[in-house]
Amino acid sequence: MGAIEIIFYLFSAILIGSALSVVTVGNPIYAVLFLVLSFFSAACIWLLMHAEFLAIVLVLVYVGAVMVLFLFVVMMLDVNVNPLKEGFARYLPVGLLVAFAMALQMFLVIWTRGLESMPMPEPKPDDYSHTTELGMLLYTKYLYAFEVAAVILLVAIIAAIALTHRQRPGTRKQDPARQVQVKRSDRVRMVKMQSEGEEN
Amino acid sequence: MMEQLLTLGWTWMKVMAVVLPVTIAVAYFTYFERKVIGYMQVRRGPNRVGPLGLFQPFADLFKMLFKEIIIPANANRFLFILAPVLTLAPALTAWAVVPFDDWLVLADIDAGLLFILAMTSMGVYGVLIGGWASNSKYALLGGLRAAAQTVSYEIAMGFALVGVIVLAGTLNLSGIVHAQSGGILSWFWLPLLPLFVIYFISGVAETNRAPFDVAEGESEIVAGFHVDYSGSAFAVFFLAEYANMILISALAATLFLGGWLSPFQGVPVLGDTFLAEGGVHWFLLKTVVFCFFYLWFRATFPRYRYDQIMRLGWKVFIPITIVWIMVAGVFRVLGWYGG
Repeated sequence: MGAIEIIFYLFSAILIGSALSVVTVGNPIYAVLFLVLSFFSAACIWLLMHAEFLAIVLVLVYVGAVMVLFLFVVMMLDVNVNPLKEGFARYLPVGLLVAFAMALQMFLVIWTRGLESMPMPEPKPDDYSHTTELGMLLYTKYLYAFEVAAVILLVAIIAAIALTHRQRPGTRKQDPARQVQVKRSDRVRMVKMQSEGEEN
Repeated sequence: MMEQLLTLGWTWMKVMAVVLPVTIAVAYFTYFERKVIGYMQVRRGPNRVGPLGLFQPFADLFKMLFKEIIIPANANRFLFILAPVLTLAPALTAWAVVPFDDWLVLADIDAGLLFILAMTSMGVYGVLIGGWASNSKYALLGGLRAAAQTVSYEIAMGFALVGVIVLAGTLNLSGIVHAQSGGILSWFWLPLLPLFVIYFISGVAETNRAPFDVAEGESEIVAGFHVDYSGSAFAVFFLAEYANMILISALAATLFLGGWLSPFQGVPVLGDTFLAEGGVHWFLLKTVVFCFFYLWFRATFPRYRYDQIMRLGWKVFIPITIVWIMVAGVFRVLGWYGG
């Protein structure tokens, strides 16, 4: 067993352990942090397969942005986990069914194609740029698929804004353009008046 | 096996060769800060410990190390201790891909720019977790402010870097510097001037420094996320913040001001004298200029209000960057810059 295998099994163990902890720990903050750890371990496994672009993007997008917002929201909620645990026995069969279906799907894909059809990629020469190759493929061969994905994301953005954006009566707001145009004469008035003390 | 151990040891030495200078730079950055702000406020700054007060950073360091770390009674002990470490680790890791000179870089990886973005965006976890684990209202508010601000300004920062990538045609930091060769007018600050300004301002906001320091906001929430930290735990937060500031400065120098390249490269009179030669001294000089900007901002500007920060990030910076990415694309297609 070489160094690569040791590292692979180490990160796989961390990944599976942290993924299990996400659903088993009581504290939702810990659950989010374990999810971060599992993303990070997955990125490390991808790095072993020379998929450095994907690995870094996984960390950048999911760990760096999405999970920060998750953590943000979870910290604001004061979740009491005990009522959530009450339905455990009732929902257990459904959960097991879903888990079994997913495991079966994964097994079928791997079994029909065989593990040998997906070997560890050969190390590329030093001047080979994965990022360039990925960019070339995305913008030539898979251009339409890529653009369709972009449009779907755009639709999701617009839908999210449309759902949450509403005009509420009675809210106050500032117009910075008008604020910076304010002159002294709009706010301060110079008044000439007699000094109080000098008259007597 | 022996060979692997040798490689490991050699890499460890190289990592130390980057981390130790960064740590010492942080120590003297604090001295520089106190001196600069001192002179801007017509005082002398630290001048008692050692000649010209030069040993002041070490006096501060020992003071911090010998102070007691107080853990609040209702704090989450594990996360409370973990948080400063989570802030420091990405701040130092990001230095791995910064090219100091043509040959002087720890890891010359292909997607270096993305690596830096990923690492700098991880730093906010420490702030957020530290704020939550302290179990204090002020700390939690500071952590939440920091998270919202970092996520907002990351977008503007990322878009500003897209402009650099368009002109350079590579994500490799050494490659980006090579794409700028040919004197001060070929550097990317000129074609990407709006992105350059937005990048640095977003960098100041990312590092939670004045005038964007609402995460600390001592006039509103005491000291924000690190209000309950003391002694060396606080020192680690402090170290991470300053390492990040120097990192943002070094990146601004690398991406927009030609890194280690000389500004006089290609000037006929100078020929190939030492002035036209690139070198690590140019890189350090440019980095120090941006570090000075940080201190200058802090001494000059009042703190932004929270809603003003959000407006600036989302409504001003992001539209400008999107427009200028298009302009950069036009430059590239016309062949004026890059390629």
